[in-house]
Amino acid sequence: MRRRDFMRAAALGAATGAMAMPRLGHAADTKVLRFVPQANLANLDPIWTTQYVVRNGSLLIWDMLYGVNDKLEPQPQMVRSHDVSADFKTWTFTLRPGLKFHDGEPVRARDVVASINRWMARDATMGLPIKRRTDALEAVDDATFRFRLNQPYPKMLFALGKSSTPCLFIMPERIAATDPFKQISEYIGSGPMRFKKDEWVPGSMAAFERFAGYVPRDEKASWLSGGKRVNFDRVEWHILPDAATASAALQNNEVDWVETPSPDLVPLLRKSAGVMVDIADPLGNIGSLRVNHLHPPFNNVLARRALQIALSQEDYMRAVVGDDETLWKPVPGYFTPDTPLYTEAGGEPLKGKRDYDAAKKLLAEAGYKGEPVILMVATDVNITKAQGDVTADLLKRIGMNVQYEALDWGTVGQRRAKKDPPGQGGWNIFHTWHAGADCVNPAPYIALDASGDTAWFGWPKSDAVQAKIAAWYDAPDLAAEKTVIADLNRAAMEHVIYLQTGFFKGYQAWRNNLSGIVKAPFPVVWDVTKA
Amino acid sequence: MLAYAIRRIVATIPVVLIVALFVFSLLYIAPGDPAAIIAGDQATPADVERIRASLGLDRPFLVRFFDWLWSVVRGDLGTSIFTNLPVSHMIQQRIEPTLSLMVLTLTLSLSCAIPMGVIAAWKHGTWIDRAVMMTAVFGFSTPVFVIGYLLAYVFALRLDWFPVQGFTSISQGLFPFLRNLILPAVALGLVYMALIARITRATMLDVLSQDYVRTAKAKGVGQRGILFIHSLKNAAVPIVTIVGIGFAALIGGAVVTESVFAIPGLGRLTVDAILRRDYPVIQGVVLLFSCVYVLVNLGVDLLYTVFDPRIRY
Repeated sequence: MRRRDFMRAAALGAATGAMAMPRLGHAADTKVLRFVPQANLANLDPIWTTQYVVRNGSLLIWDMLYGVNDKLEPQPQMVRSHDVSADFKTWTFTLRPGLKFHDGEPVRARDVVASINRWMARDATMGLPIKRRTDALEAVDDATFRFRLNQPYPKMLFALGKSSTPCLFIMPERIAATDPFKQISEYIGSGPMRFKKDEWVPGSMAAFERFAGYVPRDEKASWLSGGKRVNFDRVEWHILPDAATASAALQNNEVDWVETPSPDLVPLLRKSAGVMVDIADPLGNIGSLRVNHLHPPFNNVLARRALQIALSQEDYMRAVVGDDETLWKPVPGYFTPDTPLYTEAGGEPLKGKRDYDAAKKLLAEAGYKGEPVILMVATDVNITKAQGDVTADLLKRIGMNVQYEALDWGTVGQRRAKKDPPGQGGWNIFHTWHAGADCVNPAPYIALDASGDTAWFGWPKSDAVQAKIAAWYDAPDLAAEKTVIADLNRAAMEHVIYLQTGFFKGYQAWRNNLSGIVKAPFPVVWDVTKA
Repeated sequence: MLAYAIRRIVATIPVVLIVALFVFSLLYIAPGDPAAIIAGDQATPADVERIRASLGLDRPFLVRFFDWLWSVVRGDLGTSIFTNLPVSHMIQQRIEPTLSLMVLTLTLSLSCAIPMGVIAAWKHGTWIDRAVMMTAVFGFSTPVFVIGYLLAYVFALRLDWFPVQGFTSISQGLFPFLRNLILPAVALGLVYMALIARITRATMLDVLSQDYVRTAKAKGVGQRGILFIHSLKNAAVPIVTIVGIGFAALIGGAVVTESVFAIPGLGRLTVDAILRRDYPVIQGVVLLFSCVYVLVNLGVDLLYTVFDPRIRY
């Protein structure tokens, strides 16, 4: 064969061979779930850190004493039964039989006591208040533990089963004895899946395998309660930080389930064969414009109210989630819409036409004379960047001298803790958002705390708000709770603890050969099957 | 030559030390706080302070620096603040993907760029030359992520020839290994190819006008012999220099490529660590990169002697 003929034949062969390349089959093992979480799983200590992605991974590994169902009611999980004294001061709990850790050891009451102690030290919203009221927490025997309180705490079951971070996960005593401000290094779980530490590549992949020794409850699963029956031998978390890559991988059947697809790519995913899209978390999120109550101009309530009457939640929400109106709605209140305690009492300033002239007048009354207003914007997080841009425009419209500081979230996280005046390294405004699950009542709602120096960043101080929060803890039933919450919402709106920029939800997307995916504030793997 | 190489390697020690001090200082003065990230949004300021103290971040600069330096001297790069894993283990997990990507990128780029540059110089002023230069301009001016997304769309989503993302170790077979790496290597290699093709062309044009080439032609040496034996070897020194310099661009480009194709390499490790302020990981990776740069430069210097016998150390 002549060289030229050979080259021609080779080129032809390569071309036709390439065109005829078989479509590469994608492993679709029905016993392996390939999941793309919202963020990188950088560690697995759900007490040491309060990041949601860590909580979500931990839900596979560790079980809880109680778990909330889809009505946000705490249901017994590792607990078989409990008994409470008439004065709500003595709580006795009995564990259900057959509970095992992943190393084969039985779960004992002393493991539970150690786990509760570690959790109480770190949970400022519910754990610490319980700790302050606790005279004794003791293991009565291997299956029984008891709280003896010096003051009643009616929300005990909700606290033990809360889904907001940090959750109370049950670990072996030796691990739970770790200083709560130091990270654990062993991941011996009590839940349905075992963590494969040897396969863990932080930033890329985390794997979990089914724990044969886990005994699910008999009841049907509902969110974090009931029988957690995992239908997969293995769950793989594939960390795909790039939203476009994650969507393409789902379209190409390289992954099964994407927790938070980018809203921009959802129309594309909807058109893709074999891909399903739906709302992820019915409790959604509340956008937040957090002002610093310590320094001018926002140490004056009139300046905060000026923002309140000028702020357009529609502007914020369109910037955050786009024009998909099913994803957002205004929220003229502090609590999560469509939950039992939601109220719009006192929400009038956030309703109706936005009034820039009235806002300017209020600012003048507050003594504002054009001093720089430092707006810290975490530009590496889409939601905060979008909110920050809208705020910069808003402040200009009402005549404020805005100093837009483009930072990353790590820097905002550090700088927001500074109480110094804005000109000396401090700040006036930053943006964040609160998960709706954390805003269903005052207990997990750290952003609503108005205790001043010990409050969340911005340090609002309002005795009226604090009194209403305290009253809610003692409310005997839902009707009483609703009355208290309406008053609390009114007081918080008057004081402008923070400014809500709207209520928004996100999507999740999955391959249509998965069934059993539910809407929840966290990915619920149990009862999901793959065909 | 050996003595020279040893001298150069020994000379890297102060360079690496200066880099280490510089990076440590930069991280110290840079804003941001891993404790705040660990604590999360629900934590109180007091919790953040306690975490900072438990991580030792409240210690004075010099104490922290010398602690770290002493550990490095003993071969310990420290432990990641976030994962609680040894930094050396995390780097080890990430070396294979990055190294594989770089080797494949270099192989593809060099094997395309040098013939392209040589042919463009040979056919100087013709449509072939213009086509090669247009390709080079395209390679230069198109960002890596755009090429990456385009390749993924066409060859993964539409044709389904390659996966969209991921990495498979070569230990699991050559075919799956290459299947995962081809698209990223092409995306990353295009810029590099453009750079080398242009330099090769320019250098070859210069060499082809030399007297000895004319003499070779007069002696009846064939076109291939003139181009690849007499000319290319003499054009090699500037090309090798550019290959060395381009290595830096390759590491920078790998960060983007690894993100687009979700390759668990050192680039992504670095970006993740920077965003989280995982200081030990950042320091470890930068130290590694600086050592690699120094060694690449040394390699380039030694290659000069191979291509140009007049150069001696």
